Amino acid sequence: MSKPVLEIVGVSKRFGTTVANDKISLSLAQGEIIALLGENGAGKTTLMSILFGHYVADEGQILVDGQELPQGKPRAAIRAGIGMVHQHFALAPNLTVLENVITGTQSLWSPKLRRSDARTKLLTISERFGLKVDPDARLGDLSVGEQQRVEILKALYNEARILVFDEPTAVLTQTESERLFATLKDMAAQGLSLIFISHKLDEVMSAADRVIVLRGGRHVAERRTSETSKAELAELMVGRTVTRPVREPSTPGDVVLEAAAVTIRSDGIDRLKAVDFRLHAGEVLGIIGVSGNGQHVLAQLLSGTRSKTAGDLLLYGKAVDKLSVADVVSAGIGRIPEDRNKEGAIGEMAIWENAILERVKAFSRGGLVDRKAAVAFTQTIIDRFDVRGGSPTSRIRLLSGGNMQKLIFGRNLINRQRILLAAQPARGLDEGAVAAVHERILEAKRQGTAVLLISEDLDEVMALADRIQAIVGGRLSPAISAEEASARKLGLMMAGEWTSEVPHAV
Amino acid sequence: MRFERREHRSIALVIATPLIAIGAALALAGVLTAVAGAPVLEAYWLILKSAFGSRLSATETLTRATPLILTGLAAAVAFRARLWNIGAEGQLYLGAITVAWASSQFLGDLPGLVQIPLLLLLGALAGMTLLLVPLWMRLRFTVDEVVTTLLLNFVAVLLVSMLIDTVLKDPMAFGWPQSQPVADAAMLPKLLARSRLHLGLGIAVVLAIVLAFVQSRTVFGMQSRAAGLNPEGAVFAGVPLKGTLVIVACISGGLAGLAGAVEVMGVQGYVTTELSPGFGYSGIVVAMLANLNPLGVVLAALFTATMFVGADGMSRSLGIPSYIADVIVALSLLTMLVAVFFTQYRIRR
Repeated sequence: MSKPVLEIVGVSKRFGTTVANDKISLSLAQGEIIALLGENGAGKTTLMSILFGHYVADEGQILVDGQELPQGKPRAAIRAGIGMVHQHFALAPNLTVLENVITGTQSLWSPKLRRSDARTKLLTISERFGLKVDPDARLGDLSVGEQQRVEILKALYNEARILVFDEPTAVLTQTESERLFATLKDMAAQGLSLIFISHKLDEVMSAADRVIVLRGGRHVAERRTSETSKAELAELMVGRTVTRPVREPSTPGDVVLEAAAVTIRSDGIDRLKAVDFRLHAGEVLGIIGVSGNGQHVLAQLLSGTRSKTAGDLLLYGKAVDKLSVADVVSAGIGRIPEDRNKEGAIGEMAIWENAILERVKAFSRGGLVDRKAAVAFTQTIIDRFDVRGGSPTSRIRLLSGGNMQKLIFGRNLINRQRILLAAQPARGLDEGAVAAVHERILEAKRQGTAVLLISEDLDEVMALADRIQAIVGGRLSPAISAEEASARKLGLMMAGEWTSEVPHAV
Repeated sequence: MRFERREHRSIALVIATPLIAIGAALALAGVLTAVAGAPVLEAYWLILKSAFGSRLSATETLTRATPLILTGLAAAVAFRARLWNIGAEGQLYLGAITVAWASSQFLGDLPGLVQIPLLLLLGALAGMTLLLVPLWMRLRFTVDEVVTTLLLNFVAVLLVSMLIDTVLKDPMAFGWPQSQPVADAAMLPKLLARSRLHLGLGIAVVLAIVLAFVQSRTVFGMQSRAAGLNPEGAVFAGVPLKGTLVIVACISGGLAGLAGAVEVMGVQGYVTTELSPGFGYSGIVVAMLANLNPLGVVLAALFTATMFVGADGMSRSLGIPSYIADVIVALSLLTMLVAVFFTQYRIRR
């Protein structure tokens, strides 16, 4: 390939005593796609923030076309042709697509927006890269995939030649991801240079030409995708061999939880539409779907924080109408919430308080908290579930995501539960922690717990679930067995195409 | 330059924070004192002397601290659960007028041992009622309670103003707008003879200790803290959010109402619109100075009372306006907010 358009030379960045980047160097050629692969905290985002001028490096330099880029100046980075597509889009939902794209490109003091020139330019770009989007649509009305397209268009509108994508597929469906990768390849073919940040091996292998693996702030390896394998990359990324556990077939027991035509309506919208499922003891039932399709409401229903509008819910064969959190907890249902930080933990409270808050009745007498028993209970969880980075009295906020999740699993599973509700249990965790979480789920299943796994990760569901149902627009597909499941079939189910193949059983 | 959260807060840091904040506030106010043409150190010495220099002044300072402890606790309890009760002033007046009304109209003949507890309870209930209205509006219609509690202060003060000029007007007051007095039996016993210091101080301190215990040891304390820190997480853990807030509102409004009752029954014996020189609002400052800690509230109230009482005497001697006390208290709130920030974050370059 030709001479590099971007070179990062020996960049280091320290925060206090932690070294976020340690003498990292890389180069990017014109028309090339490279992937920055690494676990959470490996230093990917720090490095890109330095590139984009949000941080100033302690050492090292950045060269664009051989010219040194002044650091700490985002405007200079934009002028040099660097564009960033953020994971959490930096767009205004109440403006139109066109307005979003031209924001920041025209002087604040110019008397009026030159919309027509801008529109022509935007349409030309969107034509050239096949990024179709209506310039006059209000951004908030667009789907997530379309919003991402706007974010890309905005970078291209600013004449970006080097584009950085921060975990671009985190919010996309399978089909949207595939379309995004086609666009990326097209952009590279037209001479743009791309960096994308990821911790997903599949997409790195399929989209990038070259992979740079970061671990603990260091550049540990560099491979051409044609000369490596997923297994090798996984090992390089984690620093040791990690194998995710996989389910073994089993014979399920009795039905412990059954939903028949359950509907949940709020603000006049049906969030769940007549869903049916049956959960057996000793099995994992996977509910797969792109987030925002009703899984949050389903999880709330079973967590005791929302009640159904219509339909029947049978718990251990008995019809239940309204479930409170206390009912759910005392009925032996363990709950792993979708959002650890928002629902699963109260960051400013101690680990022991977080461990017992949902079953505080068991740790109190006459309204007084039995602190001693609670701390002892928490210490047992910490020991048995290998929670590192804190003592019972330190604040839970100090724990890493993986350790916080271990504590949440621990408080639920330390006493055997009859049902475990696990919503997106591995979201945002690094490879080692994912394996630990999966092992806990399979272990619970072996002990006869019925597990309802709500996930948007195909690999996770296929590795763990005995039966799988898809959730789309608040509806649940009929279940298929793990043996019938393939990525393609599940992809179709997640897109809502099950009615033609399997008649909808009532 | 950027800020990083501190991982650990040492006890020394927590104790030093308010002291440093107050020191900084005094230094800043010293500049103003110097500009006003008074010797700074002498001015501060005079403040201290006027607040504690004699038996009379010391008991005056403690008397002044009493309602501040109660309104400070009212704010601290509410703020900890993220219930922004800015209405302690109105709740205080409603508690005060309720006590004056009940004692002068129909409870006056009861013996003190029965009447006093009954009146204190009524005063607290009145304060509670005034806070439950905005809480209901928040829970039912999501109306911001900062606005409603603040505005209800004016409603309450004007209502009191109307009552003491009409149905509850004291005919013996030479036409001044002042309420009929509470019965003699309703007056709180004095703690020290020949002073204004009354049992209210004991009540306030005991309540502070009780609250400290409730917040740190009970299920309710734990749940209300959770509800304040992370409502979503609290709901997930089964904390009854509305119920918790209702109880918090009852405690907070009750304490503010009690402050009014105690002030009437302990000091004045009747209600005027000058009953409170802003005790309700100063309570917010006291709570913040104490970092919402009930025991800290006692000390912060003492500091605030010292400034107010001491500045009066100091201004008489040096001829600079006693508003310097307001400035010092206001500055110490600001420096405390900055200091609290630095206990949570450290600076990194």
